[in-house]
Amino acid sequence: MMKPRIILDSKHFEITVTRLCYQLIEVHNDFSNTVIIGLQPRGIYLAKRIQAKLQEILKKKDIKCGSLDITFYRDDFRKKGLVPNRTEIDFIIEEKNVVLVDDVLFTGRTIRAGLDAMLAFGRPNDVELLVLIDRRLSRHLPIQAKYVGKTIDSIISEKVVVEWKETDKGDKVTLISN
Amino acid sequence: MTALSTKHLLGIKDLTPDDIHLILDTAESFKEVINRPIKKVPSLRDITIANLFFENSTRTKLSFELAEKRLSADVINFAASSSSVKKGETLIDTVNNILAMKVDMVVMRHPNPGAAVFLSKHIDAKIVNAGDGAHEHPTQALLDAFSIREKLGSIKGKKIAIIGDILHSRVALSNIFCLQKLGAEVMVCGPTTLMPKYIASLGVKVEHNLRKALEWCDVANMLRIQLERQDIKYFPSLREYTMLFGLNKEILDSLSRKIVIMHPGPINRGVEITSDVADSDQSIILEQVENGVAVRMAVLFLLAGRG
Repeated sequence: MMKPRIILDSKHFEITVTRLCYQLIEVHNDFSNTVIIGLQPRGIYLAKRIQAKLQEILKKKDIKCGSLDITFYRDDFRKKGLVPNRTEIDFIIEEKNVVLVDDVLFTGRTIRAGLDAMLAFGRPNDVELLVLIDRRLSRHLPIQAKYVGKTIDSIISEKVVVEWKETDKGDKVTLISN
Repeated sequence: MTALSTKHLLGIKDLTPDDIHLILDTAESFKEVINRPIKKVPSLRDITIANLFFENSTRTKLSFELAEKRLSADVINFAASSSSVKKGETLIDTVNNILAMKVDMVVMRHPNPGAAVFLSKHIDAKIVNAGDGAHEHPTQALLDAFSIREKLGSIKGKKIAIIGDILHSRVALSNIFCLQKLGAEVMVCGPTTLMPKYIASLGVKVEHNLRKALEWCDVANMLRIQLERQDIKYFPSLREYTMLFGLNKEILDSLSRKIVIMHPGPINRGVEITSDVADSDQSIILEQVENGVAVRMAVLFLLAGRG
């Protein structure tokens, strides 16, 4: 096994999240008609981080952020034996602009399931996708992110690992090749 | 743990405690789903399920059918009263004919104990036992456990009294297995004539005094008197049964603490339980019905997930 390559260290991680927030503000202004939805299990950390940073920059406390579990919408649950996580969306997404958030955009299948799952909560006005890492050469479906932390070229056998200070030792993104 | 250890749900007896926890945890996610504006997920859209009811049922049948539809499965229904069973067809023939129409799962209620196990040995589809005679009713036990866990936080160490017609009750047997596997203490209470002879060998306490049972327990599960299964007289009169084993508000209010009241339905109001108790804030009877759909969704989802 080759040595893991660091894609984002904790300093660049912070800079990237801050940049994503300013890009969101460019489009969504004060977030009065926009909500954030993080995809379970790993997208919720980025969603929460972005919510906190936006509240700090915009000096407001009411930016809405939910978490969405997509287990029941996946096309591969019978192959993998997946355990569902919590869905917590305590606001209405009807007519709202929704920013879907996930950590890594890989084949696009998770996002496909996420779009289906989200529609069970109403008909949003506009849906955008934000990801921390875009593995751009690995897509199986025609899905692109509007906001991207970092784009990387990787082959399918390689693995991107995103670590969060909330659950791991610190903020870090590494590429592991087998 | 992400998969069940069993291919069918024939009885609680075959499940491990891990299986039960997995079903209850998954049911929690489905309870959130059925409270959404759109109460439906596409998980089982490629699965066809046959509901075979060789015995009458309202709640269980509706609950299974709703669970299947909320999982987007295709559903076919079969009731013995309107079928070729009347013309003398055997169980295996009936089921094989239905399976020839490409059915993936079978939910079956049957008056004979062991019918589900028998079927699982002879056919290819996954079987869910929706009650076989006086043997087991696993999804009822699971939804009861789910409801107790939801109300009291956990099941381990809790004291649960099952009161009434233990002899004819599949709910009692499945509940005993399920609650014991989850670490609860179980007591059965009822007239001597409605108590199976060797019930104590299952490790349950046996009591014949309603008040003592109620004083002991955290949860009282009141069973229905199954008059349709009683071919001989087990007690002199319903009135006497109600006097000795019927739960009324007076007894409930005289207890030293508030206990939780459950009933698997259908209720004989004024026999095993009075209306004011069934409708009181200590009763979780309607929660049991709501949880039934979530628990059955979890069972079907997990069995379908097992390749």
